[in-house]
Amino acid sequence: MISAYYFGAIALVLIGLYAVLVKKNLLKILIGLSIMETGVNLLLISIGYVSGRSAPILSEGITASKAVDPIPQALVLTAIVIGVATTAMALSVAIILYEKYGTLNIEEIRRLRG
Amino acid sequence: MLKRILAIIAILIIGYWLAQGLANVPFGQDKMLVGKYYLEHVKDQTGAVNAVTAVVVNYRGFDTLGEVTVLFIASTGVGALLWRKKRKRTAKTEGSVVLTTGSKLLFPFIMLFGMYIFIHGHLTPGGGFPGGATIATAFLLMYMAFTIYEIPHKEFEVTEGFAGMGYVLVGLLGLAIGGYFLFDWIWQTWHLGTSNIGRLFSGGFIPIIYTIIGIKVGTELSGIIDNMLKEEVKE
Repeated sequence: MISAYYFGAIALVLIGLYAVLVKKNLLKILIGLSIMETGVNLLLISIGYVSGRSAPILSEGITASKAVDPIPQALVLTAIVIGVATTAMALSVAIILYEKYGTLNIEEIRRLRG
Repeated sequence: MLKRILAIIAILIIGYWLAQGLANVPFGQDKMLVGKYYLEHVKDQTGAVNAVTAVVVNYRGFDTLGEVTVLFIASTGVGALLWRKKRKRTAKTEGSVVLTTGSKLLFPFIMLFGMYIFIHGHLTPGGGFPGGATIATAFLLMYMAFTIYEIPHKEFEVTEGFAGMGYVLVGLLGLAIGGYFLFDWIWQTWHLGTSNIGRLFSGGFIPIIYTIIGIKVGTELSGIIDNMLKEEVKE
């Protein structure tokens, strides 16, 4: 049986993918992308978990054998920042598209139809 | 309707496939290979107590340099995309007195807490990026509470650039002293703070780099907020 954390992470990725595939509003697509990103981060973090151990901050009483894997957490720290950066870029593109076309519906933005 | 059903079917197939792939990855078991090395050697090799920040800044410093670069490019890109000749804040709704006074009082507290987070990156959870984001929320609060508030752009952009150069400079000093880029010269050559691991003055160059990163991220995200909250005005 698959663990609840993996299931939740996969579910978040799929919900985001559904929003990207089906929704027409550009902002909803961006929300879907953010949800996908959260799912990926959750998946990475839950792969590094070791049951019964605490956060990898080696203070009093927590030795190296009592901490979880620090590498996925470092990876996710990077991934979150990159997600914020791409979201900011995408949002400013959305602002410009609305100024140019007066709509955020991707089917009405004619040049994207190809 | 057909499109939605097709999308749901495709997503279920992808989900089943991902679940199959993850079925062989056990949850909650010890799978560490390199992580064990990091956990066992982090105290003597870097002087930091927080293993995550030691991995982010020290063992895998290039990742962080790339990450800072991505954030810098994003902030530059937002500025370039939203560039107009005349841009002003066009917000008209004044906040209530409770809101404005409350934000004025909260602003120094949030700033202080953000600085606390990035200075203590080697001891407590957090580090440069959360601390910088906290500082940016302080500026966001001021933007939201006051219709005329604006950050001093020139100073912020100069600070951002100097912080980025400072990071590279610390790395280059490591190249000059120790032989490779981002070499932890404070810890490995000077042995500064070897006797007080777990206190503020330890951790090699992690607190220095995280202070630089915190300032950089704080000014960058504030700049993004500023760019997005302005609209073009007709002359």
